[in-house]
Amino acid sequence: MQLTYERVLGAYRTMRMIRSFEEKLVELVNLGKMSGFLHVYLGEEAVAAGVCAQLGEHDYVASTHRGHGHAIAKGVDVRGMMAELFGRRTGTCKGKGGSMHIADIDKGMLGANGIVGAGIPLATGAALTAKLKKTGGVAVAFFGDGASNQGAFHESLNLASIWKLPAVYVVENNGWGEFTPTDYVVPVKDIAERARSYAMPALIADGMDFFDVFAKAGEAIARARSGGGPTLLECKTYRFAGHYVGDALAYRPKDEAEKWMTERDPLRGFAERVLSDGLLNQDDLQRVDGEVSRHIEDAVKAAEAAPFPDASEVTTDVYADSHRRG
Amino acid sequence: MTGAAVVGQRATPASMTPMRELTYWQALQEALCDAMRRDPAVFVMGEDIGTYGGAFGVTRGLLEEFGPERVRCTPISEGTIVGAATGAALTGMRPVVEIMFMDFLTLTMDQLANHAAKFRYMYGPQARVPMVIRTPAGGGRCYGATHSQSLEAWFLHVPGLKVVAPSTPADAKGLLTAALHDDNPVLFVEHKLLYANSGDVPAGDHRVPLGCAALRREGSDVTLVSYSYYAGVALAAAEELAAAGIDAEVIDLRSLAPLDTATILASVRKTGRLICIEEGPRTGGVSAEIAAVVAEHAYEYLDAPVRRVGAIDTPIPFSPALEPAALPQRSDIVRTAREMFACRR
Ligand SMILES: Cc1ncc(C[n+]2csc(CCOP(=O)(O)OP(=O)(O)O)c2C)c(N)n1
Repeated sequence: MQLTYERVLGAYRTMRMIRSFEEKLVELVNLGKMSGFLHVYLGEEAVAAGVCAQLGEHDYVASTHRGHGHAIAKGVDVRGMMAELFGRRTGTCKGKGGSMHIADIDKGMLGANGIVGAGIPLATGAALTAKLKKTGGVAVAFFGDGASNQGAFHESLNLASIWKLPAVYVVENNGWGEFTPTDYVVPVKDIAERARSYAMPALIADGMDFFDVFAKAGEAIARARSGGGPTLLECKTYRFAGHYVGDALAYRPKDEAEKWMTERDPLRGFAERVLSDGLLNQDDLQRVDGEVSRHIEDAVKAAEAAPFPDASEVTTDVYADSHRRG
Repeated sequence: MTGAAVVGQRATPASMTPMRELTYWQALQEALCDAMRRDPAVFVMGEDIGTYGGAFGVTRGLLEEFGPERVRCTPISEGTIVGAATGAALTGMRPVVEIMFMDFLTLTMDQLANHAAKFRYMYGPQARVPMVIRTPAGGGRCYGATHSQSLEAWFLHVPGLKVVAPSTPADAKGLLTAALHDDNPVLFVEHKLLYANSGDVPAGDHRVPLGCAALRREGSDVTLVSYSYYAGVALAAAEELAAAGIDAEVIDLRSLAPLDTATILASVRKTGRLICIEEGPRTGGVSAEIAAVVAEHAYEYLDAPVRRVGAIDTPIPFSPALEPAALPQRSDIVRTAREMFACRR
């Protein structure tokens, strides 16, 4: 896929949207305006943006507990997401899902996921759909380094490999799984190594660099689309904030985080690169920044003004109506 | 499978045991530490239980005292952790596993239900599986559908497992200590909303036998049976009912398997009315089992149909506006009790 001016601007917009959305959530929780269990994607924006920039409407993503970034990058409406996090009726899932369960199936977003590793088989199944229906679509599983220790990860890679499914397994290696460093629980240096057991090609991308993620994801997705089977794509990244909003971060060396934030911020890196390459100019960036911040403010206002679901809605949608299709 | 009813929460005479005020989590920790000091076969495993001390802080400080051989911070691999615990238990260790949220027990079901629970029966006296699976349950925090469930009823349907769910700090210590001495797999259900509660806890070797309910309040009009967090809710409802002239008896089951049917039946024979209260969905719940036991053994004593108060049969919604509508509230207990009396009059 060519990186046109529009695409580069869109990529910046996606990353800025994720950044501002997450920063806003942290603010809202700290102000006591929002409840729930929130895991923000600050620092990892380039991964979702880089991968999803290679996807189209008919492609799927399955996400994680840290799912806002994937949803935004896959085109889920930010106003709906904000309303969902406020538990309003106008939310993406009418307030029933919440942060860890935002899904927008029409947009190919198969759900954030409260269960670590559970999205991986779901993406595998979506890839099977694409193969059986011959849609030419691909399915991407986003998951963390920690999730790569679940059986579901290994079983999915095996299945996808023997069935040559159009799937891409994107492991976001941010060095931590909750409060435990990755190297304490993962014996291989690169999670990409795990692909070898399943005769699957693997790629490693600099997850702080949109362009590298975009290129490697492009290679993997093209292979999947053309019938070449699945790929494991490891993106080396870092979680700027705590595991969840409210995490005091006592377990993590301060200088480690500082170093990543000052030296490897994916938004700053992106801006420097596009300015120096002449892909975008300062005005472009500022215009996007302004639009995004207005968009987020509007989303918050709209969400706060929106009605809560009526208590009677608690019993709706337990089962699908089998007589109505489509 | 019945034990003697104990009024109050003490299994040992109060005069002999010095009390201290501890929180629920501290009481659990004390039981764990005592066991680890006493018995080198006891060790703990779970996600983030080492340096971090566990998602709810129960294992704080254990790593420092017992070291990483016995305080094992695991990968995110619930199925294998419980399977490994089963294998270790079968071969002479006494593992304690922490599963961070009860919802994640779904990932351990094969090892628990097909293996740990069945080994003794299939293999006979050569096999024993002395292990404890600790896990926080329950909602009330807007964590959404995969982090709020109360799944204990599932496990009552698996012969060979024991299931306990303490409501007070003293019982937290007493039941965990008893579970750690038990030679069977015990599912130990904690409740997220209880960890910070404090209360008197006996020092020393305090054990509450499994299968022994506690009578928390004596009353003559209606029996409220519950456990875990909702034992407290039932007590509060009883106070509200007292003000309305209804004298409720409150039983805190403490153990769900084995179930103290003797205490339940004795109370129902006295009051003639029963409300079973639980946080999980009503269909196929703990209350259904209790209602059946009462129907079988004390039908002729009932002055009104048995009633159940539980979650409605839906997943637990996230929205703060919906979660309380899904989970049982104190007012539901009060209303149900009033309805039972309205019926008669
Ligand atoms: C099955 C399961 N086990 C444990 C948890 C609790 N938990 C939530 S996130 C997390 C760490 C996940 O680490 P990783 O996969 O690396 O993703 P990251 O949080 O770093 O993005 C854990 C243990 C869970 N939600 N589901």
